[in-house]
Amino acid sequence: MNKQETTQKETDKISREHALHLLYQMLLIRRFEDKSAELYSAMKIRGFLHLYNGEEAVAVGVMQSLKPEDAIVATYREHGQALARGISAGAIMAEMYGKQEGCSRGRGGSMHLFDAKTRFYGGNAIVGCGLPVAVGLALADKMQGKKNVTCCLFGDGAVAEGEFHESLNLAALWKLPVLFFCENNLYAMGTALRYSHSVADLSKKAESYAVASASVDGMDILAVESAAKEAVEYVRGGKGPYFLEFRTYRFRAHSMFDPQLYRTKEEVEEWKKRDPIDTFAHRLIKQGLINDENIKELEMKVEKEVNDAVAFAEAGTWEPVEDLTRFVYSERKRT
Amino acid sequence: MNGKTRETVKTTYRDAIREAIREAMRRDERVFLMGEDVGRYGGCFAVSKGLLEEFGPERIRDTPLSESTFVGAGIGAALGGMRPIVEIMTVNFSLLAADQILNTAATYLHMSGGLFNVPLVIRMATGGGKQLAAQHSHSLEGWYAHIPGIKVLTPATLEDARGMLWTALADPDPVLIFENSTLYNREGELSVDAGAVDIDHARICRQGNDITIITYGASLYKVLDAADILEKSGISAEVIDLRTLRPLDDAAYLSSVAKTHRALIVDEGWRSGSISAEVSARIMEGVFYELDCPVERICTAEVPMPYASHLEQAALPQTETIVTTVKRMVRKNG
Repeated sequence: MNKQETTQKETDKISREHALHLLYQMLLIRRFEDKSAELYSAMKIRGFLHLYNGEEAVAVGVMQSLKPEDAIVATYREHGQALARGISAGAIMAEMYGKQEGCSRGRGGSMHLFDAKTRFYGGNAIVGCGLPVAVGLALADKMQGKKNVTCCLFGDGAVAEGEFHESLNLAALWKLPVLFFCENNLYAMGTALRYSHSVADLSKKAESYAVASASVDGMDILAVESAAKEAVEYVRGGKGPYFLEFRTYRFRAHSMFDPQLYRTKEEVEEWKKRDPIDTFAHRLIKQGLINDENIKELEMKVEKEVNDAVAFAEAGTWEPVEDLTRFVYSERKRT
Repeated sequence: MNGKTRETVKTTYRDAIREAIREAMRRDERVFLMGEDVGRYGGCFAVSKGLLEEFGPERIRDTPLSESTFVGAGIGAALGGMRPIVEIMTVNFSLLAADQILNTAATYLHMSGGLFNVPLVIRMATGGGKQLAAQHSHSLEGWYAHIPGIKVLTPATLEDARGMLWTALADPDPVLIFENSTLYNREGELSVDAGAVDIDHARICRQGNDITIITYGASLYKVLDAADILEKSGISAEVIDLRTLRPLDDAAYLSSVAKTHRALIVDEGWRSGSISAEVSARIMEGVFYELDCPVERICTAEVPMPYASHLEQAALPQTETIVTTVKRMVRKNG
């Protein structure tokens, strides 16, 4: 009840400019992902491709709360986070094409997007492996007296991994500035939460390590944004880590190889009624902040950005095969 | 050789490593040590004894028993601008962190297209001979040497125990240092001004003409003993300490084998798929026509390490076996 009221209040306060920004970002992710699926079928993109449709509110809401000097550690379903963090759509698309203009020079692909400017530390594709790295980044910031926070994104599947438990324990023990942001989309690949967790309320696990925690509707961008801000404030204030569960849903298959035998079409359709983009757009229209025309304009801008990204990737170049064994060891000398 | 001079000091392998850590901590405030029992306990093998008192709990960090997470945290801290030394009690426990070592530390630079290097040092004890049985006694450094993206160091001497750490810390990429646990109590003379050493080259520890014996870690001393015995039989063995298992210093042992025309590799790892297999293959590839006889290997028997002392010793490479093998190789092909 209380959460509902807060959300309502936040909605009232939101500026038109900010609303359009959030909507644009979510739309960009949605269209980028749709385009990626298309390009996968056209065999322009290969390997594993994990799309973010349905979860856009989480990435976009979370990124609003972070400063440029904060660090991000993401998973293999990270196009949305990368876009929302400000890595250019072109660099991400070129990466998925395997071109050297890609954000990881085509060495990483869809699952391993990296960017130094925005402190985006992957793109980590071993479930749970990003959590310890995030703990270490936060430790480095703390030891150097920096006020940065490290935002670690992972799914409900990672919560079953040992590294989740070890990392929350260590971060709490050392009071490290880590945001443990769990995107609970109810499925660890094809295994439903109820088949992997003896305690399905994930925030209870955080509580047992004395980590401050909350759960929030991950389909509601404003709820995400305000919960993330609260968490960031807590963590930046030196109070230790924070666990936030975003209850969300993946509209598309786990990857491009998934016939989705583990869930019903009805379930997917039910969640689609809560589409984070549609519901937010409707809310803004209802409030008179924007109109259909504005949405059309946004869609056109998004389409252009996505098309430009594809053009950038298409025009990209292949790294020479002679460079194959570069980046195994650093090219600079010992210091 | 009890020629203690003004320039050297009597020390142990353990103390040499401790001194290396201490020097690194003093010279670079980004350096810190973390691992299980490194602080209040003083280190499982007493390597870090006294460091907590000297540097405080911010820089000498006791961790929970969470190998994967404190190694991963080391990776993160390195990415974040620190120069962590992570201690893992034994190589067997490092398998709990193998994911972080192989999938993260060794891959980040490459996966990020050169954006993020990981200047992390991981130290761990390795090797058998102390009746610690099948979960504390293995030599997996050769197995780690399989992995591109990391460097693998195996200090055998006091000089290397004292000097490899600083060079490893200066390296921009992840470096694993394997300390054979039977060496910690080893005493000797060390130059008072001993410091950083290179980690790129193997070392010829003894010159010889009849055979090249290639080894690393604690086996070095068995090989040197064997070389002394062989000398009495008129066989002159050249002894090479590989020092670094990845990247291998091919030039050092290939040119030696080209001179002696025989090669024996002594490796405390298991034989199959071992670093000795790799060195042997490279000898075939590089100097096959220089060989007077097939390359041979003495490795640890392919069993999980047994507890009973006589069985454990039977499993490990021994001086006697080295002597008889070399005699056979040299005589048969003399």
